[in-house]
Amino acid sequence: MTIAIEVDNLEKVFKGKREVRALDGVSFAVQEGTVFGLLGPNGSGKTTAVRVLTTILRPDLGSARVLGNDVVKKAALVRSLIGLAGQYAAVDENLTGRENLQMVGKLNHLPNSFVATRAVELLDQFNLTEAGDRPLKTYSGGMRRRLDLAAALVARPTVLFLDEPTTGLDPQSRNDLWEVIEQLVGGGTTVLLTTQYLEEADRLASTLAVLDHGKVIAEGTSESLKADLGATVLEVGLPTIDDARRTGTVLDGLGPHVALVNGTLVEVTVDNGPQAAMVALRSLDAEGIVPTTFNLREPSLDDVFLSLTGHRTESEEPDEDDNLSPRQQRRKKRLADLEKALPVQTGEYA
Amino acid sequence: MTTAVVAPTVSGAPHSAGLASKARWLVSDTLTLTKRNLLAVTRIPEALFFSTVQPIMFVLLFRYVFGGAINTGPVPYVDYLLPGIFVQTVAFGSVSTSIGLAEDLQKGIIERFRALPMSRGAVLLGRTTADLVRNVFVVIIMTVVGLLVGFRPTEGLASFLAGIGLILLFAYALSWFFAIVGLSAPNSETAQVMSFPLVFPLTFISAAFVPVGSMPSWMQGFATYQPFSVTISACRSLMVGPASTGTGRSTTFWVVQSLAWTIGLLIVFIPMAIRRYRTRT
Repeated sequence: MTIAIEVDNLEKVFKGKREVRALDGVSFAVQEGTVFGLLGPNGSGKTTAVRVLTTILRPDLGSARVLGNDVVKKAALVRSLIGLAGQYAAVDENLTGRENLQMVGKLNHLPNSFVATRAVELLDQFNLTEAGDRPLKTYSGGMRRRLDLAAALVARPTVLFLDEPTTGLDPQSRNDLWEVIEQLVGGGTTVLLTTQYLEEADRLASTLAVLDHGKVIAEGTSESLKADLGATVLEVGLPTIDDARRTGTVLDGLGPHVALVNGTLVEVTVDNGPQAAMVALRSLDAEGIVPTTFNLREPSLDDVFLSLTGHRTESEEPDEDDNLSPRQQRRKKRLADLEKALPVQTGEYA
Repeated sequence: MTTAVVAPTVSGAPHSAGLASKARWLVSDTLTLTKRNLLAVTRIPEALFFSTVQPIMFVLLFRYVFGGAINTGPVPYVDYLLPGIFVQTVAFGSVSTSIGLAEDLQKGIIERFRALPMSRGAVLLGRTTADLVRNVFVVIIMTVVGLLVGFRPTEGLASFLAGIGLILLFAYALSWFFAIVGLSAPNSETAQVMSFPLVFPLTFISAAFVPVGSMPSWMQGFATYQPFSVTISACRSLMVGPASTGTGRSTTFWVVQSLAWTIGLLIVFIPMAIRRYRTRT
């Protein structure tokens, strides 16, 4: 396997009122023909990494190569090899779908005849043929994202960068877009995807790097990341918070990490689910604790993030709940409700 | 989504680095973006319509309301007024360069351009060129309006067209200044409010509407020789004769001054705008 994207100790500091170290020594490598996920909350440096790799931004330190070409020294060449679709759907409002694709084709210096056929082809592939000659003002959010992705594909790039491609989309549109991306990858394109949706990274990416405050805090396949954490999560619901705390103490020794007590819910990751479940039930019985719910489940990437950073995959801006997945939102609310009710520490590994 | 997505296999753009091919792509990319910017104008015809309504109102206001009270000596006021209106109109038109660029930055389309293998200079050139074409259109409308309210150029067609050309060149130079404003503004609304305080005093403390001689003496020097006035006087001389400026200067004097300002503005602001574009992240 050849390496399509190689990132070597990238650093980028934004100077302003508050100095922001957006990239703090980031390194990773992406195999050709695979999907690589950059996972992290808002402000973790994902977009900055993409902007450096797509030649939009110069790094302060370190280097990056796309298909062996340095993104600073051979920027022009890199630009002709890549496609970029961003979270803000950078398409022109005043043009029609077709005009947008044709403009991007021409700016890619492709022959007019090729551009015209390619536009027809892409509109068809992305279910936009009917809307192709309507101005973008009439498009829905999902249609815009599809057109944005189509625009990134006009020049048939071998490496595709998708910066939070589904942020802000409704579940149906998100699913549609996931299918499109999966089909692209099936055809051999290398994709670097950034996301704050754990579900998305889990579904699309074969290899992941988890970013936090400009640093890669974990790298590997989503399976290996989950394996490091423990194979299974044991989730026990209890009638009272007091019971939950006692249960936390009882279950602490079960897995590689301590038990997480979150209100009336206790989570512990374990290597062998059924065996641990039996031990857990016996110990709880011995203590006279009766759980209300008892579940074994696959660990999610959310669990991975929490165990790696000690904090959840929350954005730093509290008002951006819309960007969180439903699961994150539920967790966040649960946590907030609890913190109101209970001044003692919750939500962190005790 | 049911249709299969064919995977990309070959990469597009062939790239040669020769100077001639670079120049060719710069022209081609500039034309592509000029067309894109002009298409946007035709898609929102209201914007173009209302941008001509204001200068037309100025013509009517000064021609019929204030004009009677303004003494322009031997020249009819309407002939004095129109060259001033032309310059005012194209100067306000140049502000759209700042608004357009700020909007493109805000909407993220410039991010896409930066990641494309296109000529670096084409974004700014395409924007200023489109605004120049837009100004040509607006000047034609204002000429028609002028003729309707009694404006009668006396120096012949060639001289009239030379005046129009001078104004358009000057407006093009201003566009580069407003490009810097647009690239520095956080959004298009701010770009607009940042631009007007710069245009407004230069338009009104000038020879555009009233003879400078009627202003307080401390203001006259600035009002006569600032770039807007110089261009207005050049245009006035070319369209209705040098006597109309009331300055005793020749047509050549004003034309040379105006061209000097235009070239000076271009030399200073083009590199500044390009640098601002490069460093703006």
